[in-house]
Amino acid sequence: MTRKAKFTERLTRVAVWGSAAIAFAALFYIIGFILIKGIPHLKPSLFAFTYNSDNVSLFPALVSTVITALLALIVAVPLGVGAAIYLVEYAKRGHKAVNVIRIMAETLAGIPSIIYGLFGLLFFVTYLHWGYSTLAGSITLAIMILPLVLRQTEESLLAVPDIWREGAFGLGAGKLRTVFRVVLPAATPGILAGVLLAIGRIVGETAALIYTSGTVAQIPGNPMQSSRTLSVHMYALSSEGLHMNEGYATAVILLILVVLLNAASAAAAKRITRTQKGE
Amino acid sequence: MERTQLIEKLMHAVFFIAACASIFAVGLICIFLFANGLPALKEIGVGDFLLGKSWKPSDTPPTFGILPMIVGSLYVTAGALIIGVPMGILTAVFLAKSCPPRMYRLAKPATNLLAGIPSVVYGFFGMSAIVPLTGNSILSACILLGIMILPTVIAISESALRAVPAQYYEGALALGAGHYRSIFRVVLPAAKSGVLAAAVLGIGRAIGETMAVIMVAGNQARMPVSMFKGIRTMTANIVIEMGYASGLHRDALIATGVVLFVFILIINLSFSALTRRKG
Amino acid sequence: MNCFDIENLDLFYRDFQALKDVNISIPTNEITAFIGPSGCGKSTLLKTMNRMNDLIEGCKIEGTVKLFEENIYENMDVSLLRKRVGMVFQKPNPFPMSIYDNIAFGPRTHGVKKRYDLDELVEQSLKKAAIWDEVKDRLKKPALGLSGGQQQRLCIARALAVNPEVLLLDEPTSALDPISTGKIEELLLTLKGKYSIIIVTHNMQQAARISDRTAFFLLGEMVEYGQTEQMFAMPHNKRTEDYITGRFG
Repeated sequence: MTRKAKFTERLTRVAVWGSAAIAFAALFYIIGFILIKGIPHLKPSLFAFTYNSDNVSLFPALVSTVITALLALIVAVPLGVGAAIYLVEYAKRGHKAVNVIRIMAETLAGIPSIIYGLFGLLFFVTYLHWGYSTLAGSITLAIMILPLVLRQTEESLLAVPDIWREGAFGLGAGKLRTVFRVVLPAATPGILAGVLLAIGRIVGETAALIYTSGTVAQIPGNPMQSSRTLSVHMYALSSEGLHMNEGYATAVILLILVVLLNAASAAAAKRITRTQKGE
Repeated sequence: MERTQLIEKLMHAVFFIAACASIFAVGLICIFLFANGLPALKEIGVGDFLLGKSWKPSDTPPTFGILPMIVGSLYVTAGALIIGVPMGILTAVFLAKSCPPRMYRLAKPATNLLAGIPSVVYGFFGMSAIVPLTGNSILSACILLGIMILPTVIAISESALRAVPAQYYEGALALGAGHYRSIFRVVLPAAKSGVLAAAVLGIGRAIGETMAVIMVAGNQARMPVSMFKGIRTMTANIVIEMGYASGLHRDALIATGVVLFVFILIINLSFSALTRRKG
Repeated sequence: MNCFDIENLDLFYRDFQALKDVNISIPTNEITAFIGPSGCGKSTLLKTMNRMNDLIEGCKIEGTVKLFEENIYENMDVSLLRKRVGMVFQKPNPFPMSIYDNIAFGPRTHGVKKRYDLDELVEQSLKKAAIWDEVKDRLKKPALGLSGGQQQRLCIARALAVNPEVLLLDEPTSALDPISTGKIEELLLTLKGKYSIIIVTHNMQQAARISDRTAFFLLGEMVEYGQTEQMFAMPHNKRTEDYITGRFG
């Protein structure tokens, strides 16, 4: 190698390692910053059952987040899993309808959350007269996470070896039995990993919820009442500008949730290889 | 056996309907956005709306020109790309080619976590860690968005790099090229379309991002004056004013959503064109 | 009596003809081996016998395939056909569930629900497949934890659990070591007499060791079919002789 080549090689090495270092430093800085600013403000009063402007409790928002996620999953998971089953197990490869469905799912995946929020406002809130309601927000989110669930399920189903399908068919099992008794159980960890990621997106979502779920800071008595998730709660606190410390504390809770969901998803994804090896 | 066959047929139909949900959702979103946004476009006039430099919805008579917001979105997106894309690609090279396996086991989940952090948390961080340095400004938005698109750019570039056959790299090494020269002259060009797709998806993320931008960009609805001054994006325009807008003002906000949606569709189409050519 | 009578069978994968005018009658309760170089159509023929080819897009069949005088491509419930004609695959394919559930999968598919009946069937099938002693203490453990040879015997037990009349085996030992292969061959010899067994193999010694009759295939045609001993000692056809003596393939 010439001296110049050696020099370029070394320079590139510095750029590659440097970029990675900056990227990870940014991540750790963000997390560290939030934790240091937020943890001192995690007071018991933040977890009071009802919200008022004195305690700025995040507890109702936490409960609303769980309710919103559950409602969204009830809609999105059956649709997404069903669609993936159709694409992988039923549709003929390369069929036109399959391509159209794939393109539409990709399109959905690329739509930013504010557009979903706008659509939810126009359709559920206004056109269907649901008003600002937890249900409107949840269904809006269900459409938003549909492509994620679909995609992950599709990949998990494709990872199930064909020899298991053949084995089941060879014993006289029909398509449905093969899918539900052999293929789906084998794909469950992968699907679960996808669902956990989807919950992560729901927990982190704001723009799609402000004008669908609204921003009422109480636990909704029924799905037609307005509520705010943790992320929306945090945005409300930041725009009011009066409760920044409580905002940091909320961010800590959000981060913990996201880290847990990510870890659970990774663990589930790891199990898929383990089942298939038979450990 | 008759009954089983009936159930098989029925479930086939059920899965097909689930698969069509994506098509249905995209259709519904298009219909409701366009039906609500296009009349305003007509009333204001396409030219005045898209190229008008003044957005004064409460003046008499009001003016609805969204050029400042379009330019604002383009500025922050371009800025985010300048920061995020090179760093993302270099980090992807690091992960795919230079990262020791033990470090990778930490680094990979870290990039996933970066993707999982909610936008409001990014925004909160931006408000309290970036804004004090660079103000509520285009620059702050660019830095924050640059970090936010990193995980997207990293993940897609990394898988594109990994998809390049090992022979390419080995072939270059065998000719006496160094590790990094082999990567940047042979492997990276071979992964070109994937890396480009990563950048395009990054554009989609950046232009559609809402909450984080609102929290750091200042949100003045005017043509950009300097990197250190504030700006408002299309997404911010919708969220900030939708809460109290009515009549033509509200429709103009929806029309802003339509313009954003069209941008996104174009970006999506280019993304799928790029990824499809590869397969 | 014959279990299978196949007449004038042509099979196409889209434009490619994989089987050409095959005529063969397979006797009951014997072991029949299909041999020939890879791509000769032996596995394809096996898969027409329980209609596994139905799963392949663009596969078209002409001619008749009769199971005990009944045409299996006319008015026959595929699920019932596959219950009567069991199949064991090249690569052991136990499902990712317990040993017990693997064996019970077939009976449950065909309507056996009672715990007692299932227990009985599982035990019997595992005994028939000579693997009961190795697994009886771990029936609830994942089947994928077994060794390759055990997995394949489990798959045979699984096929036996639905009480088939015919057992099709598609190169069942090609993924196994010699000791496991020996055990499977031994097992097949004990099963013959109760089941009609058809085995596809690329291993000529295997065909010679265990089969009563052998059919030799080449390029989609059945070249020769007869008593195994006779065929290996004195093949009628020059191409069979070339293959058996190892001149090609």
